[in-house]
Amino acid sequence: MDLQALTFLFVGVTFAIYIGIAFWARAGSTHEFYVAGGGIHPIANGMATAADWMSAASFISMAGLIAFYGYGGSVFLMGWTGGYVLLAMLLAPYLRKHGSFTVPEFISDRYYSKTARVVAVICLIIASVTYVIGQMKGIGVAFSRFLEVPYEVGLVTGMFIVAFYAVMGGMKGITYTQIAQYVIMIFAYTIPAVFISLHLTGNPIPQLGLGSTMADGTYLLDKLDQVVTQLGFAEYTTQARLSTTNMFVYTMSLMIGTAGLPHVIMRFFTVSSVKAARESAGWALLFIAILYTTAPAVAAMARLNLMQTVDQPNAEQNLAYADRPSWFKNWETTGLLKFEDKNNDGLISYTGDKATNEMVKVDRDIMVLANPEIAGLPNWVIAIVAAGGLAAALSTAAGLLLAIASSISHDLLKGVWKPNISEKEELNYSRISMIGAVLIAGYYGFNPPDFAAGTVALAFGLAASSIFPALMMGIFSKKMNKEGAIAGMLSGIGVTLLYVFQHKGIMFVESTSFLGDMDPNWFLGIEPNAFGAIGALVNFAVAFIVMSRTAKVPTEVEQMVENIRVPASN
Amino acid sequence: MSNNNNYWKANIALIVKCLSIWFIVSYLFGIVFVDVLNTIRIGGYKLGFWFAQQGSIYTFVILIFYYAKSMGKIDKEFNVHEK
Repeated sequence: MDLQALTFLFVGVTFAIYIGIAFWARAGSTHEFYVAGGGIHPIANGMATAADWMSAASFISMAGLIAFYGYGGSVFLMGWTGGYVLLAMLLAPYLRKHGSFTVPEFISDRYYSKTARVVAVICLIIASVTYVIGQMKGIGVAFSRFLEVPYEVGLVTGMFIVAFYAVMGGMKGITYTQIAQYVIMIFAYTIPAVFISLHLTGNPIPQLGLGSTMADGTYLLDKLDQVVTQLGFAEYTTQARLSTTNMFVYTMSLMIGTAGLPHVIMRFFTVSSVKAARESAGWALLFIAILYTTAPAVAAMARLNLMQTVDQPNAEQNLAYADRPSWFKNWETTGLLKFEDKNNDGLISYTGDKATNEMVKVDRDIMVLANPEIAGLPNWVIAIVAAGGLAAALSTAAGLLLAIASSISHDLLKGVWKPNISEKEELNYSRISMIGAVLIAGYYGFNPPDFAAGTVALAFGLAASSIFPALMMGIFSKKMNKEGAIAGMLSGIGVTLLYVFQHKGIMFVESTSFLGDMDPNWFLGIEPNAFGAIGALVNFAVAFIVMSRTAKVPTEVEQMVENIRVPASN
Repeated sequence: MSNNNNYWKANIALIVKCLSIWFIVSYLFGIVFVDVLNTIRIGGYKLGFWFAQQGSIYTFVILIFYYAKSMGKIDKEFNVHEK
């Protein structure tokens, strides 16, 4: 069976499994749904959280970025895992104790203010829509490859499927589907990694293979350093992302963003107890870590395989364009891989020097999907990677769209502006906002502000600068009042958006970047994707200054804070 | 009420301890002092690089389970555990 047919088969079968489970679990559990209002086992919840959390950015994009950023890519690895430590210790148990259903709802209770709720919803929507844009890029890449069409056609196909899937997902809301998605994702990610690790180093465990020797006795990482530096690229294991300061701030931004993203926090409202909320964060991170510790091996091995396929020690023996393998041709069709024969010798020369490099475009987001093909793995492995990538992208996109829709229809309309709205109207509004979000995200997908993981990093920065400080101060400071919290959220996300737009154009429309011709990354050399941590600092500072000059918190709110700090009063 | 205050102090002390380790393995070992640590090697890994791409993640997982377990004990000690 050829690759395309196999891919359709795998994708079709996995989708059938998800829909089947959703249907089966829904039929059996309606009363459970109403009675328990929680009660999902921490391990099950952890696995579902992991599936919800690991998106196209983690699955399709991250290892590709690490492959080219080398050591600098560590910001994604540490940033997207370390946030769970913050979540487990600083937020999840107390939010579970309070027992609200959405994040803006907690903010409105704690800060006794509908304005605070509206501000929280706005921050949440900005961050979530940016996140969905990142998913759209990943989905576009995946579909363009498997349908063998240009990226733009793949993107539009993906938009339709996501919109359809989100409406379906709105009806399921069941943890078991996500558990199945996790299992498929993790197999799809680790199987090719095991094969490639075994092939290159003889060690089947990728985490160990990355530190092992190859057939010729040199360590894999040393070999990679040697190959890339010879071709004029930076040394893989030491190449920093801009600067130490930038990496520090970037990592911090991703960590606090993780703990500030509403669709992750909401997961901890569904467990049975405060104790379970703490454990559940541990299980979620354990399941995430399986993929995240494999990713660096995938990255390094993919880079090595790519380099060694194209470039030879003697440049005259480089791969001839006429002899290029089928994966090369297929990715050329998508427009995400481009070759330009600058010296007209018919050979492909891939170097770190812009003047002579002939691989003029190698989109980072294609690496994970192309990796098994480059390594010459069997077609069924390639097909399962496709199914895994789509599962990752679709489950997260659908979850985010639901979060956006519910915050508009439930928090804004029903909670603030139109309390008397009927259930049917609420549902209609939520469908309209979902379709609106797909269209906006799809529009930006044609011209994404960054690679999928970079765009998602922006979303984390926005969540870090707004939601996380408001939640943390709400729990750890009894004195924080509504004026402080509102001013903090607005200034935090404001500063972050300003810095991002100044670099990437207003609403990401290039050519509208303002403030004149300022240097790129002008603030301490920090790139816009990393700015959320600075935004969070501004948030904290502004909140405390405003608090010290405004009215005190009502006594009943202080009591509420004391109450959420203890699991139970015996 | 002072029981609850002492419980909260115990919790904060534990959080400070855990987050110090969290900070050391990622920000100090993985970023600030990475070059120094890279002079040490375990197998093919430079140690700083290993902390940035492997070691910090393993530590995070252990930290959360350690925190959950310790808090379970502290909950009981101050008699605020769920029944």
